[in-house]
Amino acid sequence: MNGYGRTTASLLFLAGLVVMLYALFTALPFGAAPMQIGQEIVARAPGETGAANIVTAILLGYRGFDTLGEVTILFVAATAAGLVLSGAGAGELPRQAGGFILRAAADLLFPFLVLLGAYIIVHGHLTPGGGFQGGAILAAAFFIPLLANPASPLNHSTATLIEGFAGAAFIIIGLLSLLGGDAFLTPLFGKGTLGDLFSAGSLPLLYLAIGLKVGSELAGLMARIVEVGGKS
Amino acid sequence: MLWLAVLTIVVMIAAAVLTVLLRSYLAAIAAVSVVSLALAVLFVILRAPDVALAEAAVAAGLSGVLLALTARRVGLWRTGGDADKK
Repeated sequence: MNGYGRTTASLLFLAGLVVMLYALFTALPFGAAPMQIGQEIVARAPGETGAANIVTAILLGYRGFDTLGEVTILFVAATAAGLVLSGAGAGELPRQAGGFILRAAADLLFPFLVLLGAYIIVHGHLTPGGGFQGGAILAAAFFIPLLANPASPLNHSTATLIEGFAGAAFIIIGLLSLLGGDAFLTPLFGKGTLGDLFSAGSLPLLYLAIGLKVGSELAGLMARIVEVGGKS
Repeated sequence: MLWLAVLTIVVMIAAAVLTVLLRSYLAAIAAVSVVSLALAVLFVILRAPDVALAEAAVAAGLSGVLLALTARRVGLWRTGGDADKK
């Protein structure tokens, strides 16, 4: 019975996939944009926001409120996971250090990963990437030493502090534009020269806040999983 | 450029099939990461470097680590002491 159920489910999934792909490939010519808003944004975004990276212009300039929602979802998920994981047995793990290769690689990689993450966050308005990607790299940078040497655990209170301040900074920057009479999260401080490091107004600041928040959140979450995982 | 895209897709499909077939859980997790990494390369070929960065950092990096940690947590993969002493 169970085997039949799985086969039927697989066949149904396959049929649905075929129908979807068929519809996609027949209805839309490959590579053609179905809406005009994309071309409009590509034409206007660099002039209006001052960000050379149009993805950043959309993510923080035109759709900043959606990004706030995205950050909130991540925050809620990390909080829930932390709540579930932080209860039992932290602190009584068998502290095994990693092997030689892992320890040497962790020492070697840490500064480069921090540098790369910081670069991707700070240049989010100029080159591909930004707060979310750079934050994930920062989290990995702080997580690898933890894998190599579990005896020196991540400082959770510092991570929580950074996370809280970064999240508050995002909202405060948004509220500042309300003071000036604009809508919530309207870019501030002028546009600057297109392509400069200090350009695009408050967008780099918003991305810095997102990067720190995502980085501390993910690092804390991973550390909690390691701490609980070591117990078994 | 087309042959590179085809090669990437072949690597992706091969790694995806390997994920199902491999007996070792750790190797299967590595194969999942290879799928994500090849997908990141495909995104670069399709000129979506932002998405490629996110795919490489989150899907290939962090979620691979998360899967490995979960495997260790539920006891499918043992690390440390025993293997080192041999």
